[in-house]
Amino acid sequence: MSKLVAFAAIQGAYNIVSKAEGKYKRALETYGGSQKLEFPNTAYFLPIIYSLTGIKVTDLDSAKKPLEFARQLLPPHVKKDCHLPYLGPLLDGGMAALFAEEIAEAVRYVEDPDFYQPEMEDPDVDNGKIWLGAADDAIMRKRGVEFVDGTAPGFAAIVGAAPDPATAKKMAEEYQLKTIYVFMAANQNGTTFTEQLIEEGVQIGWNTRLVPFGPDISAAVFALGFANRAGMAFGGIEPGDYKKMLAYQKDRIFAFVNALGDVNAEWAANAAGAINWGFPTIADTDIPEVLPTGVCTYEHVVANVTHEEMPQKSIEVRGLKVTVADIEIPLAYGPAFEGERVRKDDLYLEMGGGKTQCTELCKMGDMTDIEDGKVDLIGPDVTDIKKGDRLPFGIYVQVAGRQMQADFEPILERQIHHLINYAQGIMHIGQRDISWIRVGDQAIDKGFTLKDVGVILHAKFHQDFGNILDKVQVTLYTKEGDVGELTKRARGEYKMRDDRVEKMTDEAVETYYSCTLCQSFAPSHVCVVSPERTGLCGAYNWMDCKASFEINPTGPNQPVEKGEVIDAKLGQFKGVNDFIYKASRQAIDHYNFYSMLIDPMTTCGCCECIAAVLPSCNGVMTVHRDYTQETPCGMKFTTLAGVMGGGQSSPGFVGHSKYNITQGKFIVGDGGLLRMVWMPKSLKEEIKDRILKRGEEMGVPDLFDRIADESVGITEEDILPFLQEKDHPALKLDPIVG
Amino acid sequence: MTTEEVKKKAAAGAKKEKKAVNAKDLTVDPATVEMIERSRELGIETIFDRAQTMKPCNIGLQGICCKNCAQGPCRLPMPKGGIEGEDTRKGLCGATPETIASRNFARMVAAGAAAHSDHGRGVAETFLAAARKETEDYKIKDTKKLLEIAPDYGVDITVEGEDGEKLARDMDEIAVELGETALAQWGQQQGEVITVKRAPAPRYELWKKLGVIPRGIDRETVEIMHRTHMGVDQDYENMTDQCTRASLADGWGGSMIATDLQDVMFGCPYPVKSSANLGVLKEDHVNIIIHGHEPLLSEMIVQASELPELLALAKEKGANGIQLSGICCTANEILIRHGVPLAGNYLQQELAIVTGAVDAMVVDVQCIMENVANVADCFHTKIITTNPRAKIASGNTIHIEFDEHTAFNDAKKIVKEAIENFTKRETEVMIPDYSSDLIAGFSYEAINYHLGGTFRGSYAPLNDNIINGRIRGVAGVVGCNNARATHDEAHITIVKELIKHDVIVLTTGCNAITCAKVGLLTPESAKVFCGAGLAEVCETVGIPPVLHMGSCVDNSRILMAATEVVKAGGLGNDISDLPAAGSAPEWMSEKAISIGQYFVASGVYTVFGVTLPVSGAPVFEDHLYNKLEGIYGGMWDLEADPIKHAHKMIAHIDKKRKALGIDKSRERVLMDMAARQKLEAA
Repeated sequence: MSKLVAFAAIQGAYNIVSKAEGKYKRALETYGGSQKLEFPNTAYFLPIIYSLTGIKVTDLDSAKKPLEFARQLLPPHVKKDCHLPYLGPLLDGGMAALFAEEIAEAVRYVEDPDFYQPEMEDPDVDNGKIWLGAADDAIMRKRGVEFVDGTAPGFAAIVGAAPDPATAKKMAEEYQLKTIYVFMAANQNGTTFTEQLIEEGVQIGWNTRLVPFGPDISAAVFALGFANRAGMAFGGIEPGDYKKMLAYQKDRIFAFVNALGDVNAEWAANAAGAINWGFPTIADTDIPEVLPTGVCTYEHVVANVTHEEMPQKSIEVRGLKVTVADIEIPLAYGPAFEGERVRKDDLYLEMGGGKTQCTELCKMGDMTDIEDGKVDLIGPDVTDIKKGDRLPFGIYVQVAGRQMQADFEPILERQIHHLINYAQGIMHIGQRDISWIRVGDQAIDKGFTLKDVGVILHAKFHQDFGNILDKVQVTLYTKEGDVGELTKRARGEYKMRDDRVEKMTDEAVETYYSCTLCQSFAPSHVCVVSPERTGLCGAYNWMDCKASFEINPTGPNQPVEKGEVIDAKLGQFKGVNDFIYKASRQAIDHYNFYSMLIDPMTTCGCCECIAAVLPSCNGVMTVHRDYTQETPCGMKFTTLAGVMGGGQSSPGFVGHSKYNITQGKFIVGDGGLLRMVWMPKSLKEEIKDRILKRGEEMGVPDLFDRIADESVGITEEDILPFLQEKDHPALKLDPIVG
Repeated sequence: MTTEEVKKKAAAGAKKEKKAVNAKDLTVDPATVEMIERSRELGIETIFDRAQTMKPCNIGLQGICCKNCAQGPCRLPMPKGGIEGEDTRKGLCGATPETIASRNFARMVAAGAAAHSDHGRGVAETFLAAARKETEDYKIKDTKKLLEIAPDYGVDITVEGEDGEKLARDMDEIAVELGETALAQWGQQQGEVITVKRAPAPRYELWKKLGVIPRGIDRETVEIMHRTHMGVDQDYENMTDQCTRASLADGWGGSMIATDLQDVMFGCPYPVKSSANLGVLKEDHVNIIIHGHEPLLSEMIVQASELPELLALAKEKGANGIQLSGICCTANEILIRHGVPLAGNYLQQELAIVTGAVDAMVVDVQCIMENVANVADCFHTKIITTNPRAKIASGNTIHIEFDEHTAFNDAKKIVKEAIENFTKRETEVMIPDYSSDLIAGFSYEAINYHLGGTFRGSYAPLNDNIINGRIRGVAGVVGCNNARATHDEAHITIVKELIKHDVIVLTTGCNAITCAKVGLLTPESAKVFCGAGLAEVCETVGIPPVLHMGSCVDNSRILMAATEVVKAGGLGNDISDLPAAGSAPEWMSEKAISIGQYFVASGVYTVFGVTLPVSGAPVFEDHLYNKLEGIYGGMWDLEADPIKHAHKMIAHIDKKRKALGIDKSRERVLMDMAARQKLEAA
């Protein structure tokens, strides 16, 4: 039986390589060898080829070598009788096919530039542009973090089409519930899974985790390339280290292929290629099975699986356990629905968003006063209004528990955003007193009522924070007076909290916290988080880590006694050094919290921003990952991240969060925020208020205006005159390189 | 010659014949049956006949005849019914049965180790000549393997550039240093044979602790000869330690170096298709049989036989081509690298000549029966000896000495001799119509590749399927034929019994040829003969259930494969932890004793068939069969009944599975986020 698979897959690999060679030859004749050949906005070239062979394909000429390699990899055809062993050759054939397809897809970007929609998270369905093609690095990093923190353990690469659109929808939703991404490629006689979902009105795109890569089987390379880029970006795996890369994929990326419909030779070649990654194929047709384990963790090919069983069977075959939150509401619930939008046409009820007040507050209460599980709605519910109406809304959550501390209130409160957003058909934006909730028709049809918001918060708070709280009570207000009152009280609370956090300093605490949340994905990096240096991913501040430790004492956040202060200016502590020496397995024996010039903290691939020294400006710049253009340091964000990610300490560069830029200790050892001479405009605007405040504290109230952005220039030469004209404070500081 | 004339000629040399045993009781191989009958028809005596007329010496069989000084031979036979109470048997000097049997045993180890290692020395010399470009006939062909093994010999493969970066070192320089280091292992007097360190670390440490790491390849064999001289080592345990040293110097030394360097010169074997048994001979071709053990000569003959000028000469002489085929391990060597077919195994060497179709039988060293010369004299067949160590006085044997510096010319001369001889065929040719397809060439590198391809090649899938129980364990079944046992029967029965119980078999030597002849080396045989689990794995990888790894020096490949399995993880830390066992069902050569000893010392339970010359010394026997397990984790055993033989191996495999905790079915581990975070850093 395996012999049939091998026979077909090797045949398919020959077809694919030959086709790619033809396509390549035509492109070479048409455009010449110097024609650029690339996927949009990526520092990882053609990522499968780059990650596994180290070859950088930049133009048609440089694609020649990997294409020749693909041809060499093609194994002999499998003979009928007394054949030679075929498992190794089969996997090589699969790999050859993938190399060839990656080049063919890259050529498509040249030949048909509008076929895919680069740098888009969601496709433009209304205009019939449904194929996204390769994810750019910004999307890869943003989504990669979800793989890091476990909200997305893997992906289902669905090729072909379901027998009917309703089945497609059902399967997609099942994966969404299981928090697994769906990457879609190929067609079955012209029908695609993607189009089936569109037909059923399902929102597709990165935001709903249903990613339409392309209509051909060759689009499978976008899924595998995504996985490999994650391995390089987060796993710190060197390009060309194919052994480590594929072991990483097998152990850490829980992906698999669902083959829907007839499996032809070219599909078989792709499936064989994916087995190199440890990604098995689960099919709905009667193809030969390959059950013994080894290259994949469990079975390699499983056939004849019904569509109903497929998601569950697939994750079992891949060796994955997904705990689906059991929330008693009439809506599907899970992280995959977080990014789903409620459009104007589908809008039933809107609360907040500037039209009405919408406020959230979480407070700790006395154990005896709080009744666990009680959810009160005071005011009208969805049944009392009509489509298109608005309501004011107040969410007041009271919690109590033996381990609960007032410090945890903001952490719990911050969860409200995504917890509500996880419900299918409900959209939540913002936080605190600027919240905005939209309820779609679809949710109402399924029987959603506002009380369900309370049910969600009660259940999820218990699930996620059971260690620190014992009771959760939720009161919801939809009358203007009540909401106003709650808002007034909440604003007082917010101010108190902010003041407390603002005043918290590194000197005032003796314990910092490690963060190895991303170690399942970025195994060599260890963050240490202090009050004035939040985690570089932006997701975790010192207080979050502290709470996380209380919630899960053996979890990814462990206390680190800072111990003797070795260097107060640069921020080096003996206890921290000892910790990282151990945690990095002796790779790093010290680093400085407050310097990017002298032994800076290590950086993983998840950082929100990367700062880099600009020597001729005597200052530094920083860039956030959403900014995809060139920067004055000569590198795009993604190149920077590639250069310095993977747990290295790289003098002259440091990863940090957006919030950290305006914290008191931001590169204070090198002169602090006054060194900042360039930021992308969007980042500058995003944190404008805080830059103004911090500038004032540092004696330069108009610092904001003196910082250059891309409208001034993207080279040091271009921005220097601007800095001189604005008399930027960095120019007067000590030489940054000396 | 007509059949009648042959009969007459044969009758002159043959003894008076007793009533012949039915050929079908002597062998299970139909080709061999036909040819025994044919030889009898022609009146030609073969080993099958002599085995009936001449019985083995019963005292020698027990291992307790001492002829190491001129005061003997002293014979201390076991009394019928055994010994009750104290064993008071002594030789003139007072040597106990234990001393005598252990001395005899040690001398077998010495002879076997010497045979393998002298082969290895020849390879190393040729390699060095090739590396130094002193010969044009041999080249460094497999540079990948050269780079892989060089570090094991302490040879740098990089050099430091000006700014400290590592640069690739010149390939010739690497080869020369490798050759010098390799050759130095023979004469080395102190320290350790360098390749011994390839063993899994706990094994190496154990040997070190026991003080049994060989100092030099030659030294340990010489020391056995000293120790077994009259009045030296008279402690069977101490003697066994020296057997270990000498045998490790063979398996992890001389043999292993031979395999390594042969692979670099001739290419590391990867699976090839070919066929086996006397039916591969072609009546209308010049048939050259290469027989013996070394690939140095046969590689050249393969090249020479493809030369257009010689093919033209063959045509001129009326032949349709040149058919090379092989017997014994030289056959295995050229099979695994070139797909040259196997004519047969050890007991078929005379019978090949009896076909009347063999124009030349070219021999080098080891396992060449002197009687081939007498049989050849009854036909036109030329026996050509080639090695200065191995000449044959009987018959009209011709000697064309083979020298590595003039290798290709020597080979051409030999092939030409065979072609010229084609026209001299007179007797009617009778080639039995039996041959079977086979796949061979499973070096440990090839197994690694075929379990995952260029990118995922690894022994992990093998381990995984051992752990999950689809494969119960691994058996190395090797060794000779023995005319005291029914030809091929034990080989086939044991191998079939093992694979039926999901034990995958690694094979070399004459066992491999036997398996080939009955189709066990075809992928299709998995479905027919294997248990369901092994069959499924074979189907997945596309392999036969019996993997042909090469010649008898290539038993070192089995050691390396076992080491790779240990390294791949999940099956303990040492070879002795593996669910594995070794077997030599029809052994006869002293080399087998050396092989057995190094397998045992490497931690493998090793069962021999036919007989072992230790039964007259029960304490020494117990030391080998039982006590060694406490020392090495591996021990000797003897079982002549093939089914029981296989089940002893299976029982040992099950014992090891239990110790590893893999005797129960494994649960599927489903990873959640917490489990993923616990993954060890890569």
